[in-house]
Amino acid sequence: MTGGSSAGGRDSSAGPVPLPMPKFAAAARTALADTGLRRDLRADAAALRRRREAAAGELGDWQELREAGRAIRDETLLNLDAYLERLEKSVTEAGGAVHWAADAAEAARLVTGLVRATGQGEVVTAAVPAAREIGLHDALAEAGVTVHPTDLAELVARLGGGRRPAARPAPPAFHRDRARLRELLARLPDAPPDLPDDPAALAAAARDHLRRRLLSARVAVCGADFMVADTGTLVLLESEGNGRAAVTVPDTLICVAGIDAVVPTWSDLEVLLQLLPRSATGDRMSPAVSTWTGVTPGDGPRELHLVLLDNGRTAVLADEAGRAALRCVRCSACAHVCPVYERTGDEPYGPRGGGPIGAVVTPLVEGVESAAHASLPYASTLCGACADVCPVKIDIPGLLVHLRGAVVESRRRRPVPTPELVMMRSAAWTMGEQGRYEAALRSGARWARLLSRGGRIRRLPGLLGKWTEARDLPAPPAGGFRGWWRARPRSGGAR
Amino acid sequence: MRVALFVACFNDALFPGTGRAVTVLLERLGHEVVFPPGQTCCGQMHWTTGYQREAADLARRFADVFGGHDAVVTPSASCAATVRAAYARIARAVGDAELERAADGLAVHELSEFLVDVLGVTDVGAYFPHRVAYHPTCHSLRTLRLGDRPLRLLRAVRGLELVELPAAEECCGFGGTFALKNADVSVAMVADKVRHVRGTCADVLCAADNGCLAHIGGALSRLRGGVRVMHLAEILAATGAPAAAGRP
Ligand code: SF4
Repeated sequence: MTGGSSAGGRDSSAGPVPLPMPKFAAAARTALADTGLRRDLRADAAALRRRREAAAGELGDWQELREAGRAIRDETLLNLDAYLERLEKSVTEAGGAVHWAADAAEAARLVTGLVRATGQGEVVTAAVPAAREIGLHDALAEAGVTVHPTDLAELVARLGGGRRPAARPAPPAFHRDRARLRELLARLPDAPPDLPDDPAALAAAARDHLRRRLLSARVAVCGADFMVADTGTLVLLESEGNGRAAVTVPDTLICVAGIDAVVPTWSDLEVLLQLLPRSATGDRMSPAVSTWTGVTPGDGPRELHLVLLDNGRTAVLADEAGRAALRCVRCSACAHVCPVYERTGDEPYGPRGGGPIGAVVTPLVEGVESAAHASLPYASTLCGACADVCPVKIDIPGLLVHLRGAVVESRRRRPVPTPELVMMRSAAWTMGEQGRYEAALRSGARWARLLSRGGRIRRLPGLLGKWTEARDLPAPPAGGFRGWWRARPRSGGAR
Repeated sequence: MRVALFVACFNDALFPGTGRAVTVLLERLGHEVVFPPGQTCCGQMHWTTGYQREAADLARRFADVFGGHDAVVTPSASCAATVRAAYARIARAVGDAELERAADGLAVHELSEFLVDVLGVTDVGAYFPHRVAYHPTCHSLRTLRLGDRPLRLLRAVRGLELVELPAAEECCGFGGTFALKNADVSVAMVADKVRHVRGTCADVLCAADNGCLAHIGGALSRLRGGVRVMHLAEILAATGAPAAAGRP
């Protein structure tokens, strides 16, 4: 494998971009208070759930397809090194150049360097799921390069629409507040002054603007959903078709993709191309599917660079239980059915991406030492909706519980036990013996009756106060179940 | 049939009416109920919060207490799910092959499974003249896959008017320690659940797990929502006679 980094040693900024990240609960509080965000998320979730269900339901063999998808992904990950070497060879033979980025900073440096080498001061970006992960936009801006995103969702966010798009942005969001969208798009320099608020006109305004940008672009940065090792073909799925323009019009194309996006053969791709669009947007096939292989003289980009991003992925591979998380094909179906994500959006999960799989991958890669990363596995009720829809059958709740175990083990190693550890240990000790347990039941009931009024407890002390912030607790009636059982006239069996 | 009742610590402490109802119901159907007094907690809270060692201790204890019984019945869907789906994982997490074997030998049934699949009854002779909505809890729905068993039991109850709960399959936001660790999101979720429940104009909200019911019921109570929550067992035990167990 070729070493990608041109900078010799690692500078101090190497390693995952150190973004100060609050604990999930704190970040979620901010998101919960954003009524516009809540409305958009709710509307997206409702629409995408309906669409996914219909698209999956119309296939008689959906469950078999999921199983096939799981098997393909598992086999690929098991032999990832071999497939990556094959991919590098195919891409190189087809006229592309492959660069390896060990971490986010190296990827950002590589891309910036490649853009600089073209002598251009502007780039267009299209469908780069890793953009947030590697801090792409900031890195380019710092290097004095002007970035023009061409995803509609990203464009709207940039115009002040707030919500940064998810790893896979929802299809153009015209079911949202049209007046607000009109207000945002009217800010475009080339928008007509009397822009009406009907969806077709809004779409046209956005399209005109983006098309002008795309047609004049000389350098583009894009992502890839899959990379076929056999042929070196890069595959990009999108709803809008801007990526299609971005990969054909410019002279230089820089593609950034995680090493886990590799697919051995076209017949493996066939399975994943059935699973991904139906899971992501409920489309039978994504409206725009672009596949390109190397460079073709006189047609499309003259230079093709593929930046392959590790950024912790091989470390996840080494975790036997956690490895399954890398099966992910980034369809976002798990996020769209997640009741937590539906109320918080991406932001509280940090830069690697949100939703249930984000809550798994971030702590898997970054570790659980920091309070923020350690809070992510707990950002779930373990309701299981995600596991039911995941097209590659990742047991997300199981992985979350696995990671919670890792969090607790890391806390056990600390010299001073956490209050939670003390509480959990003493609860387990109490439950470990009948006498202790029954004594605790009795004293608990006494306390509960002291704290209650009219059969309800409205305020509890300490950590339990979080419960009574918004919920009552019933006061247990005197005697309890055991008292009743013992006093029964005919209590047969063991006593 | 001789049935061992695992009442679940949560019910033992807070909802004695549910254990009473299971006992009354199974005895009415002609079965003998025993209550192994050494039972405490299945370890669910420890396991789902990441305390694997403590969960393993409690799982071993559970296997000791219930290992010899041909049929163990519990009115807690999440505890049944813990024993059946999580014990093997707990055993593997702490490397305890003996626990894995012991867990495999446990015959734990959630109440509605036991009634419908093992006893083969859907009409348990109950009378409950109220408007009832049913909330399928996540463990009932996605781990145990109870399907329409609770609904079949409820439909056979005389006098009961079953109303459909919109967005029924969406989590209520309880999630055990989630309700404390992420209280704000949890409350945002239960707010929507409460909205749907109240929209049905039901008198009673029913489920197969008192954990979720304590959560939804706690929010309803705080808001003076005018809807009671009752465990499925308590409705099935009701006959209109005063002796039948109900939540006091
Ligand atoms: S974890 Fe599964 S459902 Fe979630 S984004 Fe990845 S592939 Fe899609």
